[in-house]
Amino acid sequence: MPIDILMPALSPTMEEGTLSKWLKNEGDSVKAGDVIAEIETDKATMEVEAVDEGTIAKIVVPAGTENVKVNALIAVLAEEGEDVDQLGKGVGEDEVEAGPKGAEVEPAKAEAAPAAPVPAAPKVEIAADPDIPAGTEMVSTTVREALRDAMAEEMRRDGDVFVMGEEVAEYQGAYKITQGLLQEFGDRRVIDTPITEHGFAGVGVGAAMTGLKPIVEFMTFNFAMQAIDQLINSAAKTLYMSGGQMGAPIVFRGPNGAAARVAAQHSQCYAAWYSHIPGLKVVMPYTAADAKGLLKAAIRDPNPVIFLENEILYGQHFDVPKLDDFVLPIGKARIHKTGKDVTIVSFGIGMTYATKAIVELEKDGIDVELIDLRTIRPMDLPTIIESVKKTGRLVTVEEGYPQNSVGTEIATRVMQQAFDYLDAPILTIAGKDVPMPYAANLEKLALPNVGEVVQAVKTVCYK
Amino acid sequence: MAPRKTATVSSRKSAARPVKKDFNGGTVVDFSKEQDLNAYREMLLIRRFEEKAGQLYGMGFIGGFCHLYIGQEAVVVGMQMALKDGDQVITGYRDHGHMLACGMSARGVMAELTGRQGGLSKGKGGSMHMFSKEKNFYGGHGIVGGQVSLGTGLAFANRYRGNDNVSLAYFGDGAANQGQVYESFNMAALWKLPVIYIIENNRYAMGTSVSRSSAQTDFSQRGASFNIPGYQVDGMDVRAVKAAADEAVEHCRSGKGPIILEMLTYRYRGHSMSDPAKYRSKDEVQKMRSEHDPIEQVRARLLEKKWASEDELKQIDKDVRDVVADSADFAQSDPEPDVSELYTDILI
Repeated sequence: MPIDILMPALSPTMEEGTLSKWLKNEGDSVKAGDVIAEIETDKATMEVEAVDEGTIAKIVVPAGTENVKVNALIAVLAEEGEDVDQLGKGVGEDEVEAGPKGAEVEPAKAEAAPAAPVPAAPKVEIAADPDIPAGTEMVSTTVREALRDAMAEEMRRDGDVFVMGEEVAEYQGAYKITQGLLQEFGDRRVIDTPITEHGFAGVGVGAAMTGLKPIVEFMTFNFAMQAIDQLINSAAKTLYMSGGQMGAPIVFRGPNGAAARVAAQHSQCYAAWYSHIPGLKVVMPYTAADAKGLLKAAIRDPNPVIFLENEILYGQHFDVPKLDDFVLPIGKARIHKTGKDVTIVSFGIGMTYATKAIVELEKDGIDVELIDLRTIRPMDLPTIIESVKKTGRLVTVEEGYPQNSVGTEIATRVMQQAFDYLDAPILTIAGKDVPMPYAANLEKLALPNVGEVVQAVKTVCYK
Repeated sequence: MAPRKTATVSSRKSAARPVKKDFNGGTVVDFSKEQDLNAYREMLLIRRFEEKAGQLYGMGFIGGFCHLYIGQEAVVVGMQMALKDGDQVITGYRDHGHMLACGMSARGVMAELTGRQGGLSKGKGGSMHMFSKEKNFYGGHGIVGGQVSLGTGLAFANRYRGNDNVSLAYFGDGAANQGQVYESFNMAALWKLPVIYIIENNRYAMGTSVSRSSAQTDFSQRGASFNIPGYQVDGMDVRAVKAAADEAVEHCRSGKGPIILEMLTYRYRGHSMSDPAKYRSKDEVQKMRSEHDPIEQVRARLLEKKWASEDELKQIDKDVRDVVADSADFAQSDPEPDVSELYTDILI
């Protein structure tokens, strides 16, 4: 039987990639372990090794093809004794264009592919951001590039800004966020640390206490739990404890929340945790424009800022304004879409559920106003309350755990400050109250989903 | 359980034990008259200040935790004598002595202890959390070991800026068992950061003696895994401390990276004001006070060398008492912070 070689996934969140190079030609024989191709994603370039022995009968996806979906058929391998020429004929001719079809060749494999819990964002008309001048040229940019650009711009602007963390320099970032920074700024300002979160968080805070402006990258915020004492007891409280004499102008940033299929210890949202602490600012952007504008603001901010990113969003494209110095205000929510019937408040990856839900709800004639909170602390409650005064109904959406969540905080404060305007109880959509399971089906259940958001909105609308 | 008998300083290695031959730390170099008089005055100020703080605590003027430095004065005074302007100091919660030695005002420290608006942190920090940007004193940290990473960060900043300042990170034998200390050692050695780690080994981590808490009780060797040189120093002899400090500062300033000084010292009082110190015998404390007191050693020397008469020393004592009494008066009469201060200094 010929063996199908499928486009491999290089990380839990990869959906597609570029087949940059074939190292074997049709007719070449390969042994298990031979490098047969190079695949590039926005995150990494990886070599693909043959798993089986045989002869390359057909290269289905030519070198240089972009956006090849994970599990698409990319080549066919003939086993010993099989007729290479015969196999090569007619195989995969139609698959070249319809990449994902390859996955159907072997359904078992397709099912085993990493289930990205959140598909790409649907097209929703994003309301004009009042912070972006009308007529500004917009450039399609990934969140990853936006974050990198923000750091590079601020490092060019201010010699006191530097970035430190695990794999930020020579590896170019575990998630490629710091790509190219070492080359531009050198190893004095782009510093690889040992795997020692508690220690380097403290080193960063100490440096910040002298007035330097460190950007400390955590490979993920899960690992920052090892360092949380320095974030809270040192970074957040020094200004107060010193009677205003010294503080810590520092940014702690990195991916936060669930990625895909990495289970309990690597899947947790810390928005509510850090938002509990006076002395911290907590930012959690969704779009690339917000990621850029808010990271630049965070780096300039004289206070410690917790900047929560999301691995699944890193590769998503958004329009980013082409401006010399695009800085957004921390502490200000953005009305993602105006509407009149009901308000949804979300932030970060929660926005992916909300944006899809409002498309569904539109079909049922429900006009949602969607607020992207962007900053969790200080919270822009006035924007939420203004919206609730108009709609009378509120649903919050986030991936974090339900108890003491950002949503329950919003619900409490809206209830206290805008009770008379509410026409229905506030509903809070959150992740389930369980450690993140590994199994694909259970993981999907543990996260919020679009259906839950749609249902919650209908419930508060009594529909 | 009967208190264990612990070896005295004199029976331990009282001189610095060099690991590398190029270090002569602890080779006691005689002080000049001015140095001895200065050390005497500085140590006495800390002693009298702490005694007064203890009194005010007993009277209810000082609340919360209050950790006195009595007995350990030679460590911070000797170290400070080796520094230049721009060098930085950071320590843990037993910090009053460090602040006075850094030149922070007795009034400011005492008023912070009583939680008054004239305190160094406007009354918002208390005994364990005081800072002075002006004097390059970076706290005053209440989380055991936290200051070690932060102090390493101060050194990182010096290297980043390309200046020749050195940072001093003080911590105790208790903090020496915290994980982040070793994370910091690793980075400091890796990046050759100009930081002196001063382990004030006063033999007790709160109530747990070194032998009951530490597998390796020679703290000067705690950097061995990171190739950080370390030396034991008689922390009761201000001259030995100063000599070791001079060499350590030179080591750091010349770009050789971090260094560890283990100061063999002793606290006379309990861990904090609420500690009756039942884990050690009164004899042990008394023996240390009578045979190794850091202030008495200088006093005896001053008299022996006829650098000061009894009357002159009494005058110094009186001057010091006046400073302390003034700080105590201020700390009791200064108003509490304005209620509006509750919500200031949280964010800039």
